[in-house]
Amino acid sequence: MEKGSLSGVELADALRARGFDFFTGVPCSLVASLIVALEPHGYVAETREDAALGLAAGAALAGRRPVVVMQNSGFGVSLNAIGSLQDIYALPCLLVITWRGHEGKDAPEHLVMGEAMPAILDAMKIPWRALGADAAAAEADAQWARARLDEKAGPVALVVKPGVLA
Amino acid sequence: MTPVAERPTTRDAVAAVLPELGGHARVCANGFISRWVCALGDDEANFYMIGSMGLASSIGLGIAAARPEVPVAVIDGDGNVLMNLGSLAMTAVMAPARFRHVVLDNGVYASTGNQPTISASVKLEEIARAAGYRKVARVGRVAEIAPALRAQLVEPGPTLLLVETQPESGPPAPRIPYAPPEMTARVSRAVARLAARAGKDAR
Repeated sequence: MEKGSLSGVELADALRARGFDFFTGVPCSLVASLIVALEPHGYVAETREDAALGLAAGAALAGRRPVVVMQNSGFGVSLNAIGSLQDIYALPCLLVITWRGHEGKDAPEHLVMGEAMPAILDAMKIPWRALGADAAAAEADAQWARARLDEKAGPVALVVKPGVLA
Repeated sequence: MTPVAERPTTRDAVAAVLPELGGHARVCANGFISRWVCALGDDEANFYMIGSMGLASSIGLGIAAARPEVPVAVIDGDGNVLMNLGSLAMTAVMAPARFRHVVLDNGVYASTGNQPTISASVKLEEIARAAGYRKVARVGRVAEIAPALRAQLVEPGPTLLLVETQPESGPPAPRIPYAPPEMTARVSRAVARLAARAGKDAR
């Protein structure tokens, strides 16, 4: 799959600079470099995406500002946790979700969620935007995510298209 | 296993467990477990999970991961544990030393009408042991609960106590009276207090 110009370290630094300080998730190849960059900062490799949201909820109760990294397949797994935990309890959580199946160009298992994901994010009233493709854009995106959480604690998402992260 | 009629109800098990778990942040599984904890021992340090079934142990683990000095107890149910068995592995691997897992195993999904779970055929505490919990035990009579829990509390965690219970026949406890954001504020304050206390004890 194509590689972009934003490095995992640049994205990790942008998130940390905006006060995100607890990292967990389940991998996707599109964010492999981000996960490597988060490992020195305590990234917890969870077993399922909804369990990662549980972990993030606990961390938020303990005063942290968590990030959960996942593929959009895992976003499907997570919908009940997002709706009945992060959302209703007003627990801050940044979801970094990869957009597999983007524009219908992917393996068959990614196509249904790839097409449906924007509508699902909107239906669940999760503020979201696509991650920009360079360091300056990523810093603006991290700032945007932090501002959304400061306005209203709950879930917020940055969606990572193919070819954005190096 | 203890004959069903000789086991405590969820209410009686909660009443026996709570006095042993003072000084802990307590994450309570959804359904009647949260409702009985709230009815019998409401406290700011109790997180009443009303949705996200299966995730009580993950939430407790998140508190412990962020604040290792804070004692954390998860008061869980068999249906919840079966829904998120990966959490037993995750807890054992992260191995928080002050993490206590208490599973009230009534063998049914009580709040939806007592439909059976598969816990009668699966030893959940043995799954936890195999995953790497430091100590696990199973009890089935109310008088055994406090001694078994005390024996675990003097050991490094994570520990798991499975309490065989029987489904309730009387009326359930009332619903949780707090709005979810209010619970978040209460528990956040309580965790900060417990962390400050742990810091003071360490000095």
